[in-house]
Amino acid sequence: MQAGSLSTFLKRGAIWGFIVLELIFFSVAGEFMSLSDKAFMDVDNMLLLFKQSAPIGIIAMGMTIVMINGNIDLSVGAIYAICAIILLDSMTWPIFAGLGDWAIPVAWLLALGAGVGLGALNGLIVWKTGVDAFIVTLGAMLGYRGLVFMYNGEQPTSHLNWTLVDFAEAQVLGLHTATWFLLAVTAAIWFLMNKTVHGRNAYAIGDNREAAVNAGIRVGPHMMINFMIIGFLAALSAVVFYSESGSVNPNDGELYELWVITAVVLGGTKLTGGSGSIISTLGGVLAIQLLRKGLAHIGADTETVNLVIGLILIAVLFLDRQLNIKGKEELKV
Amino acid sequence: MSGVNKAQIGGFLARQGILVAFVVFMVGFTLANQRFLDPDNIMGVMRSSAILGVMALGVTFVVISGNLDLSVGSMMSFSTIVVLDLHDKLGPALAIPAMFAMTLCLGAFIGFLVGYLKLNSLIVTLGMLSAIHGLTLTYSGGQNMDIADKEGTWFSVFGQGEALGIPVPILIFVGLAALLGVTLGKTPFGRKVYAVGGNGTAATFSGIRRARVVFICYLMSSFCVATAGLIQASRSLGSQNTVGQGLELEVLAAIILGGASLLGGSGTIFKTVIGVLILGFIQNGLLLVGLQFYVQYVVTWVIIILAVWLDIAAKRGKLWSPIA
Repeated sequence: MQAGSLSTFLKRGAIWGFIVLELIFFSVAGEFMSLSDKAFMDVDNMLLLFKQSAPIGIIAMGMTIVMINGNIDLSVGAIYAICAIILLDSMTWPIFAGLGDWAIPVAWLLALGAGVGLGALNGLIVWKTGVDAFIVTLGAMLGYRGLVFMYNGEQPTSHLNWTLVDFAEAQVLGLHTATWFLLAVTAAIWFLMNKTVHGRNAYAIGDNREAAVNAGIRVGPHMMINFMIIGFLAALSAVVFYSESGSVNPNDGELYELWVITAVVLGGTKLTGGSGSIISTLGGVLAIQLLRKGLAHIGADTETVNLVIGLILIAVLFLDRQLNIKGKEELKV
Repeated sequence: MSGVNKAQIGGFLARQGILVAFVVFMVGFTLANQRFLDPDNIMGVMRSSAILGVMALGVTFVVISGNLDLSVGSMMSFSTIVVLDLHDKLGPALAIPAMFAMTLCLGAFIGFLVGYLKLNSLIVTLGMLSAIHGLTLTYSGGQNMDIADKEGTWFSVFGQGEALGIPVPILIFVGLAALLGVTLGKTPFGRKVYAVGGNGTAATFSGIRRARVVFICYLMSSFCVATAGLIQASRSLGSQNTVGQGLELEVLAAIILGGASLLGGSGTIFKTVIGVLILGFIQNGLLLVGLQFYVQYVVTWVIIILAVWLDIAAKRGKLWSPIA
């Protein structure tokens, strides 16, 4: 094996190695420190882990492609909250009263459509004005959150539909509904990025925008499509989560953008664009959730989770730079 | 001839656009509500903007040097909680320097990672946002922090006191702004900050120690955060763990409004102060007109994008971007 492919292999596999380490550590430490007598790697526990990873994980898939494209989206938490409110509130609108349970798919479509629309608005602004995506979505994070508050003031929006709750709590082939959504999204985005022209172009644009333009790739539409996809996925995440919970606070989804970016960066995607892998992002999402569950399992305070994740993020960044430093002169500047 | 005039007007608007917008807002809100220009009201706005403003001053240095600081919000929560806790244990005279020392350590750590180890500042400070939040929660045990004897302490002077009829937070904000404004605009160090942010490679080749400049910028940022935490703690004499949550993005919004580029190399303290005041007066003006506080978020969104858009449109000479 050549040195180059070895280091690629190390980088690709690092997140999974980290997950295995976490599993071993928490299983062993759990024997001594845990208050419960259940093993950490209990089947139910692991199934729950997948389910709890879904809300962040679904958005993280979208963030990966936006970051591969060389952009970033800070407004996903606010889009998530808006779509959650639209989902729950639209089921109570009088015009849908006659639909019975058919109001559910209508509400889903409305929420998902809103997500796509808000994402498209971000993408259009980035494309047409040339303002950096960081600034556009930072503004949108505030603006969309303002819209959330304007919708229903500071009151929570609640609506429980039992058909919907049954659907969200169902287990098909042992996996929860939310898990299926996470897996389906992962598969679809993997296909998009690895097997389609759009995916290849997105990598090319993130890697070297000048070269992509010279090769005849239209940068704008690709960026906008990626923003629409992440808007859609933020909405889908809200749909999956709030179908079960049935009540949304105007503050819900705050700091989601930071969690999502943390997961994506842990998975090895570069902020500078052009490189990143969907499967590794799934690894990053699972690693964070595993850490949360593991620390709770061994009886550590939930407060320490933030501390540990923050330090791990910095450590990963440091290690990644050490691995890359030989090949890339520009990093030394 | 008229073309030249048009270009001149365009250039003036591009350079001073944010000042023009500021004046337009002030006139608009004054017409809508006479109380807006009341001295008491203006004083109130400046007082409530002081905490955000003090933090924005420090982050301005970081941004001009070409980096970002997303950790200031949770760092401010940290210093607020620490100073309140130590107030009862050590007394205010020792608690304040102890808190400053601890906050500066955090700033030094970030400065070391970004400056000397050359790690990406966005991810480092994102990690520190989370880590410092965890640190604060661990320190306080998840409890709210309160001063036992709220009446009998002189500690409240920083947030609630007045000197010469002017609230102390405003004095701190204005004093710090003047000091840092001179540091950035009139000293060799200030010029180094611009050089590092404008072109890091060129700065290194001309003998500027880039790492040290970045390190000092983060130290200054954490000093400002500690000052903001002191004002916050002193104003309320009790605090939640999450008091600074989300402030990092409002700080960035104010700096961007002021016209600094997130790529580094441009921006001034004066412009940041204008950015902070615009945010404060918009918030206040919308409330006086009778709108809910959250309308300001939507207005801020529109203003930020318009401000940056017009700025870069003037620089490239075309309204729409050349992106195909």
